[in-house]
Amino acid sequence: MRYGPGQTVRVAARRHEGHHRTPAYLKGKRGTVERVHARFRNPETHAYGLDGLPEQPLYLVRFEQEDVWGEYPGIAGDRLYADVFEHWLEEAE
Amino acid sequence: MSPHDHDHHEDDHGHEPLTNGDEPVTAARVRALGELLVEKGVIGREDVRQRIDWLVSRSPVDGARLVARSWVDPEFKQRLLEDARSAALELDLDPGPSPVVVALENTESVHHMVVCTLCSCYPKALLGPPPDWYKSVPYRSRAVADPRGVLAEFGVQLEDGVEVRVVDSTADIRYLVIPRRPAGAETLQEEELAALVTRDSMIGVAIPVAPTPVAA
Repeated sequence: MRYGPGQTVRVAARRHEGHHRTPAYLKGKRGTVERVHARFRNPETHAYGLDGLPEQPLYLVRFEQEDVWGEYPGIAGDRLYADVFEHWLEEAE
Repeated sequence: MSPHDHDHHEDDHGHEPLTNGDEPVTAARVRALGELLVEKGVIGREDVRQRIDWLVSRSPVDGARLVARSWVDPEFKQRLLEDARSAALELDLDPGPSPVVVALENTESVHHMVVCTLCSCYPKALLGPPPDWYKSVPYRSRAVADPRGVLAEFGVQLEDGVEVRVVDSTADIRYLVIPRRPAGAETLQEEELAALVTRDSMIGVAIPVAPTPVAA
């Protein structure tokens, strides 16, 4: 597990052809690791009939809504959480 | 020039649409896939039937039992928050095939709501089949971008001091919201409390309400 709770991370901004579980609206966004779930099969290969191994660590990442959307219509302090696999995360300041 | 450089316009016509009367295209595609998987021996018709039987046998009653127990037993609530799968097994409930179920507690200052923007991930074992709106594109897109607006449309008005946390279940984890125990329900027993816990309140788009006291 490369990251731990409280660590600042960024979702990789890269494109990906084919099945993956990283939502486009979070790509390039900065967040904080909230919890480390466990390791799971990689959906990017598992979805195509392969074994999905090696398993990839999965993190619950917290984002400030105002960092995700240009114009968030809610209230400052609202947050968004999403599960992101380790190979989609990068270190951030 | 490769053999594939020619014009493919002949593929654009001449086919009957793959539909069965008014059957939507997606349903026709799913049916065709199912037929192919059966034909190739990947799955059996009996597997499909058993899977559907299991799904429709599940209901929010199970999730509500977990919530009601957590309202009356703080130690159970702690176990539910730490490991919802084990907590479900403790009550002889089927937590389903997902390896990890995470319970999220709503409090005075935090309100959780769950969405799956990529498809329709949902704790089916504990809540039954998801409602159609949960799978709809408007809910999936607006829940993350304007959660307070969506909540207002469900009739939930939160005070500005309450932090809204939208959880996008993008991968293997299934999320279940533990709504707040309603005021006015202090004298109710666990079973009566469970009846107040609705499906929508465990998705985080509704708030349980205590029954109006009957005038003496």
